[in-house]
Amino acid sequence: MGESGSGKSVSSMAVMGLHTSRSARISGSIRLDGQELVGAKQDDVRRLRGQKMAMIFQDPLSAMHPFYTVGNQIIEAYRIHNQVSKKAARAHAIDMLDRVGIPEPRSRIDAYPHQFSGGMRQRAMIAMALSCDPSLLIADEPTTALDVTVQAQILDLIRDLQQEFDSAVVIITHDLGVVAELADDIVVMYAGRGIEQGSAEAIFNAPEHPYTWGLLGSMPRFDRPPTERLLPIKGTPPSLIRVPSGCAFNPRCEFSDRVRGDACTTERPELLPAGSGTGAHVGHGAACHLPTAERQQVWAQEISPRLA
Amino acid sequence: MRITRKRGAAALVVVAALGLSACGSGGGTGGGGGDEPQLDNGALGSVVAESDEKGGTLTFGLAGEWGDTVDPGETYYGYSWDMLRNYARTLVMFKTEPGKAGLELTPDLATDLGKSSNGGKTWTYTLRDGVKMEDGSEITSADVKHAVLRSTDKKTFPNGPAYFEAMLDLPEGYQGPYKSKNANTDRAIQTPDDKTIVFNLKEPFAGFDYLAQLPQTAPVPEDKDTGSKYRSHPLSSGPYMFDGNFDVARGFTLKRNPEWDPATDPNRKALPDEMVVKTGLEANDLDNQIVAGTIDVDIAGTGVQSAALPKVLQQADLRERADNPVNARLWYTSINPTVKPLDNIECRKAVMYAMSPTVYQNAYGGEYAGGDIATTLMPPQIPGYKDFDLWGFKKNPDGQPDKAKEALQACGSEGFETNIAYRAERPKEKATAEGFQQALEKVGIKANPRPLPEGDYFSGTCGLPSYVVKNNIGLCVNGWGADWPDGYGFLSQIVDGRVIRETGGSSNTSVRIPEVEDMLDKAIVEQDEDTRNEMWGAIDERVMEEAVIYPGVYAKAVLLRSKNATNVFVNESFGYYDYTAMGVKQ
Amino acid sequence: MPTSVISYIIRRLLAAVGLVVVISMITFAIFYLLPRLAGASPETLATRYVGRAATADTVRVTAERLGFYDPLYVQYWDWLKGVVLGTTIDTGAGTVQCPAPCLGYSFRNQEPVTPQVLDRLPVSFSLAIGAAVLWLIVGLSVGILSALRRGSFFDRAAMTFALAGVSMPIFWTGLVALAIFSYQLGITPPGGSYTPFTENPVQWAYGLLLPWITLALLFSAQYARLTRAGMLETMGEDYIRTARAKGLRERTVVTKHGLRAALTPIVTIFGLDFGLLIGSAVLTETAFGLPGLGQMAVDATGSNDLPQVLGVVLLIAVFVAVANLVVDLLYAVIDPRVRTR
Repeated sequence: MGESGSGKSVSSMAVMGLHTSRSARISGSIRLDGQELVGAKQDDVRRLRGQKMAMIFQDPLSAMHPFYTVGNQIIEAYRIHNQVSKKAARAHAIDMLDRVGIPEPRSRIDAYPHQFSGGMRQRAMIAMALSCDPSLLIADEPTTALDVTVQAQILDLIRDLQQEFDSAVVIITHDLGVVAELADDIVVMYAGRGIEQGSAEAIFNAPEHPYTWGLLGSMPRFDRPPTERLLPIKGTPPSLIRVPSGCAFNPRCEFSDRVRGDACTTERPELLPAGSGTGAHVGHGAACHLPTAERQQVWAQEISPRLA
Repeated sequence: MRITRKRGAAALVVVAALGLSACGSGGGTGGGGGDEPQLDNGALGSVVAESDEKGGTLTFGLAGEWGDTVDPGETYYGYSWDMLRNYARTLVMFKTEPGKAGLELTPDLATDLGKSSNGGKTWTYTLRDGVKMEDGSEITSADVKHAVLRSTDKKTFPNGPAYFEAMLDLPEGYQGPYKSKNANTDRAIQTPDDKTIVFNLKEPFAGFDYLAQLPQTAPVPEDKDTGSKYRSHPLSSGPYMFDGNFDVARGFTLKRNPEWDPATDPNRKALPDEMVVKTGLEANDLDNQIVAGTIDVDIAGTGVQSAALPKVLQQADLRERADNPVNARLWYTSINPTVKPLDNIECRKAVMYAMSPTVYQNAYGGEYAGGDIATTLMPPQIPGYKDFDLWGFKKNPDGQPDKAKEALQACGSEGFETNIAYRAERPKEKATAEGFQQALEKVGIKANPRPLPEGDYFSGTCGLPSYVVKNNIGLCVNGWGADWPDGYGFLSQIVDGRVIRETGGSSNTSVRIPEVEDMLDKAIVEQDEDTRNEMWGAIDERVMEEAVIYPGVYAKAVLLRSKNATNVFVNESFGYYDYTAMGVKQ
Repeated sequence: MPTSVISYIIRRLLAAVGLVVVISMITFAIFYLLPRLAGASPETLATRYVGRAATADTVRVTAERLGFYDPLYVQYWDWLKGVVLGTTIDTGAGTVQCPAPCLGYSFRNQEPVTPQVLDRLPVSFSLAIGAAVLWLIVGLSVGILSALRRGSFFDRAAMTFALAGVSMPIFWTGLVALAIFSYQLGITPPGGSYTPFTENPVQWAYGLLLPWITLALLFSAQYARLTRAGMLETMGEDYIRTARAKGLRERTVVTKHGLRAALTPIVTIFGLDFGLLIGSAVLTETAFGLPGLGQMAVDATGSNDLPQVLGVVLLIAVFVAVANLVVDLLYAVIDPRVRTR
């Protein structure tokens, strides 16, 4: 989760190995089922793509090739990784379309993407992504380009299929509603880095990073009178070409004056354990120079009441 | 008029030449610097690579389409006439010899030149024995008669010369043998037997032999005549015949005519086994091909393009293959006395003096490719040419502004404004018009260049008397080449005021001198050639006195021959190489 | 075939016919109306058909015979009728049958225009087809390679060369090519060497080799640039990312997904280029002395043979319209989105 430009998509592309191979430099570690992907042979990563890890994208219209039928594109995806006849692949594709809830899949399989509505297209994309039964599905803003009513359907579908296929799903979004709906674990990203991570419960109920507070504060809620203003984060996301020194969030942070010295502008905070480290807080971490205790206090006394 | 214009707008340039060695290089004035390139000029007055070796293929090239037809009844282009002699024999022809001899007539199909009687109104020719058409039939006087008669049908052959119908005593309203099938034409042409043909004229004409050399006297058997379709394969009477059909776009091939008997033909060597004419070439590529030797000669005879000219003048190996004959063509400018204030001779004189002859010469490409500064109407090689320089052009190649101002004063004018017309498609005429504009400006005459389309230059604008007056066109840039090298052929169409038609269409736009008309009438019937030639010279001088024509340059061209060509010489009646004489190295 | 496709084809067909008619009108107006507006009388127009020696009377009769006194729309209608139904032409010397499609009668060559034009067509077609094959092969492969290796030495060299190729006047390249390859090295035939395919296919190709290469050079350059730009754009599309995300091999991604989409606009341009080229390779035909339609148009214009000019222009218009039609239909095959529109 994070604002536009916070590095969510780039990270997922790196996982898929879809970064521009010539100009991108990747360090660190990406592991899929224990297999190290960073530095792995491109062809090996390619073989995993579509099969073990699949991806769906924000705009289902531009993400499908306009000149090939929907069925064709699903069949192609299936046959790359499975040595089956065209006929079998077609049957599988029809089955997939059926499972993602496309009516009359037998005839719709020969339709072109432009003949589908936006929601249908996204369903078809999902069918394509799941055609090889991947262990990991990355969904990059899967609902952003869709109508609100359709959004919910797609999210339901993803959740249902996740259970059915038993895949891990990574949802990339800036939409807290989507996160609340789907996520077990959340990474909040800012300026290309994870700045807080933890279970959904921890992030929503006891967030410890000022940026996360800001995000939660800018979420419209129906249980508040509409006259009350939202609490947006001031300023704009930083340019990734000139990331602010120290804590990248410092120019927008309301609490940097509470940090002693100039740590906020000189020293980049590491992602360190946060919260109690038990229960919902297993694996909870935040990257902020404020001491954990002070963060919990600020949340409990200053932020949380404002949001309630 | 023999139209030697190259196709359309593209490349008119240095139009064809009637060459002459005598005046070859001496005529240039003023313009040249220290290092004058020496062109070989070997084919002027002598034969280059003289040869009797038969065989091989002689290749001609032409930029653009064949501008004309190959039908002897209609052809009117110079190069077409030169080429025609390979597949058609006329009653008489110009000698196929270098130098002055090329201007002399000699019998071809006939045994002798014409015998005149009845005071020059009747002309009789006898045909040689044993001359056959390509189909093996013996040529008869009826074939010649039919050929001449069909050529008078100007609806079928609109572009041919129109001398015969003007001069022969044909029945009133005669429209040629196709339409006036039953007309009795014996009053005009009699064929008392198979070998004799007698022409009867309305008026005496001393130079009838020049008409008898026109392609229109080449025999066309009536039963083989296909009218306007005949052009696709004219039946040969000469040493070569068409191999397949004539094609405007692709050219044609001539092969030996097995029925041709050299014993009947003293004029043709017929060296190559085959002649190929390639048309539709790009003009600069054509020059390159002649340099490289893939083509032997540019059939148009208009000289090399300006791109190749410096190379030809500078490279020794090319100079050795180049000739620079003078043309029987005059580039000139008409001064219209119908347009005020040029009706006053003093104002016309001002124009004559103000213009710089060198500027005129340079407009046409300088001394070699353009030509020599002209002081008369007739170019030097025309029999009857008289050497005079009434206006002092040669002594004052840069113009005489002082004299021009004097003349202007005498005219009672401080200066005036007029227009100078030229053919828009011709860059050289444009340069000429601009030259006039600058030269005349110096003496206070404002001459505005006016480009006009070539298509109806004579029929609709410059040649239309009412048009020039209405549009204040005082000057018309112009050019003229004769149908044959003779005073009559050169002068009659451009100095006779009676040929000017109020409806337009005449080549003469400015000469309306009654005295000259009388002089012409007398010269035409004069039987003695020397006296006649003197009379042409006098006419020339009388016209020049009147200041109605500014003579610009006697055209010249830089001709290039391939290294393979043999037996090459310039035939002076054409002004370029003699295509019946050339052969190729084996 | 669904009715939408049939109606699509019919609509395109009608548009093509309309285009030809409009072009013929414009051409007719240019050559027959403009001179009149510029002050030329019917007689002036007629002088072009009667030769130098004609009397004023002959000119008048000719102008009448050619219908120059009729209002322009009548003249155009007569001409159009001749094209559709054929006509009989009074040449003055007699009558000539001119069967449909009669494009008029060339008074310079004393022949109906249609057979003359059809006689030239194979030359222009031969030139265009060979050059097209060459430039497609060269232009597309260079363009694709450049796009895939964007910024590489190959890319920069190829694009510099392409820029030069686009800017070089073909007339000049033609003459230089002839001078070098034909006259210096002697490996190609000289200008003016055309052999019909039906006569000798080998000589045909040999004679056209240099014109093909010269003409293809110009177009290859254009097509390399177009292809490169198209490929670069396409390869940045989302669906290419999708194709990669599926785990497709890069080669398949480029050819099956990238090229397929990048080539679509090139098909359009190619169709128009090819149709137009049939009649407009004037400079190439002139430089190499090929007796094609372009050269005919130039010669006919130079000698004011209006029926010939009109005939050539109309034929070119037909080719452009046909090319347009083929492109439209092809587009419907290539791009499914067009079909339903």
